Amino acid sequence: MEIYSEITHKYLRTKKRFPNVWCAGCGIGIALGAIIRAIDKLSLDRNEVVMVSGIGCSSRMPVYVDFNTLHTTHGRALAFATGVKLAKPSMKVIVITGDGDALAIGGNHFIHACRRNINITTILINNRIYGMTGGQYSPATPFMKFGTTAPYGNRERDFDIPMLAQTAGAPFVARGTVYHVVQLQKLVEAAIVKKGFSLVEVISQCHTLYGRLNKEGGAVEMMTWQKEHAVPIEAAKNLPPEKLKDKLLTGILWNVDIPEYCEEYDKIIAETKEVN
Amino acid sequence: MNQDTKNIARGELLQGNEACARGAITAGVRFFAGYPITPSTEIAEYLARNLPKVGGKFIQMEDELASMAAIIGASLTGTKAMTATSGPGFSLMQENIGYAYMAEVPCVVVDVQRGGPSTGLPTKISQSDTMQARWGTHGDYYSIALAPSSVEECFTSTIQAVNLSEKYRTPVIVLMDEVIGHMREKVNLPDPKQIKIIDREKPTVPPDWYQHFEINPHFVSPMASFGEGYRFNVTGLTHDPFGFPTGQPKEIADKLDKLKNKIMHHADDIIQVRDELMENANMAVFAYGAAARAARQAVRMARQKRIKVGLIQPLTIWPFPDTYLKSVLEQLDLILVVELNQGQLVLEVERVSCGKAMVKSLNRYDGELITPEQIFNRIKEVR
Repeated sequence: MEIYSEITHKYLRTKKRFPNVWCAGCGIGIALGAIIRAIDKLSLDRNEVVMVSGIGCSSRMPVYVDFNTLHTTHGRALAFATGVKLAKPSMKVIVITGDGDALAIGGNHFIHACRRNINITTILINNRIYGMTGGQYSPATPFMKFGTTAPYGNRERDFDIPMLAQTAGAPFVARGTVYHVVQLQKLVEAAIVKKGFSLVEVISQCHTLYGRLNKEGGAVEMMTWQKEHAVPIEAAKNLPPEKLKDKLLTGILWNVDIPEYCEEYDKIIAETKEVN
Repeated sequence: MNQDTKNIARGELLQGNEACARGAITAGVRFFAGYPITPSTEIAEYLARNLPKVGGKFIQMEDELASMAAIIGASLTGTKAMTATSGPGFSLMQENIGYAYMAEVPCVVVDVQRGGPSTGLPTKISQSDTMQARWGTHGDYYSIALAPSSVEECFTSTIQAVNLSEKYRTPVIVLMDEVIGHMREKVNLPDPKQIKIIDREKPTVPPDWYQHFEINPHFVSPMASFGEGYRFNVTGLTHDPFGFPTGQPKEIADKLDKLKNKIMHHADDIIQVRDELMENANMAVFAYGAAARAARQAVRMARQKRIKVGLIQPLTIWPFPDTYLKSVLEQLDLILVVELNQGQLVLEVERVSCGKAMVKSLNRYDGELITPEQIFNRIKEVR
């Protein structure tokens, strides 16, 4: 663990921006650690990394790390990131977003980024609730779970996030949890290496609000739930359907190769310049 | 070949939207993100065709919110970036236009105005976004907006907009309208080699010393791009000079002062006013955009009837040309403000004239372009 924090500290803006806004026990910091170690493992030049986020608890992440960082408006991180990536394709663009940011206010940008297949890595930290504004239900809050704006139980259905991304056209879709942090780092590495739009859904806990409102306990209990409910996709193949009920499939769920947008646009430039 | 024929041969027939798009490429714009909307679409179509020829990028985004976001992202990599839209799209862009004011990101937004509110009149003229160009997004800020009145001015105003956005690290709005956007007229565009192009100032300090929002005597901070080793933070939250969120009262006030001062301390550099026949005039018609075309003709008609009237045409409507207007107030008894809305900029004229000259207005907002005769008749009525 000492080595882990040494790596992490190399990339933090320690003098400038701490303490952070996250509650003690929040999963977002664990996700940040996995992302940083993945970047370190891949030996990315930090001058070439752009971390883009929207608004919300998870979207505060870029402010703390020593990359090129862009903290944008609510839901729009992928649209800003598209501008950065297309204008300068040599940059490694990583988007940090949450379930409300990416799927409610940013839902349109999310499906179109998947469809367009631009080479951006998106880490969607799903805590199933709006944390920063105080526990309102989100598009990832399951049916009949509680939020401060769902005091009688949420009557809406939640998104199946990996399925949404896959059917919208994303060539790489993965899911991990903050409990399975070693696996999470590997998923982030694979997503960054992937040429094309890649999504990693990270199941995380908001014990302060979601856990309290739904009587799911503190951070430890909620992470124990992740441990007990995550099933690696490889293992799931050998399990009968009744054993997979209420389980979360984790790992790389979808991975195909399709033409990447920036490379396709470069072909247009090459072709039109020849005409000249 | 006589002189006239030579001039015709040298000139070309060009549409206002095309002139705007050509101005953008001439000014160095190499990134455009947009969403189709009448009557601005020809700008996107021209740039989709021509930007890749100069190594630039065009992208059609999923909506105007995303278009505005994408050009801000592109600009942060050091690429000059622009979008174009009309009223309904301009409303959607306001969220991220506000971000660009706050984060001080150079970019250009062209609004080819149509009638409103809401879906309004997609193919008809209006100047009803005048105040939206000043106060469109929430919060306290100062804006720059230019109002061309001819195809040639669509070209030159777009170049000026890009230059001002780079010079002052701010979004700049070009308020065109349906008539000049779609109108074709003969123009002699200036030789590109003679046009002054301005690029944003880059930092000269090492990365450790760099402050992305440095407060300095001229209020505009040198701007590094992503990927140049400076690794700065950009946020829409109110921030300190390094770009980190702040709640400190002094830092908050300093930031808002900076947004004001970088525009208002350079108002003389930013503002352009064209006037005509103002010698010995005791009355002036004040008009901008397409309305100024009709006003010019009306003023000439009135002069033939020995009415001492001149034309004031602000090419820059925001910041409002206070200084120019004050300089002519002594000679004027009356200012007639002609607008294709129910009276927006007339409020500014009244504010500056402050009772020294009588202010009258003439407004048309039925989707038609105002005629010289209408203005001429109003001149005769009010003088």
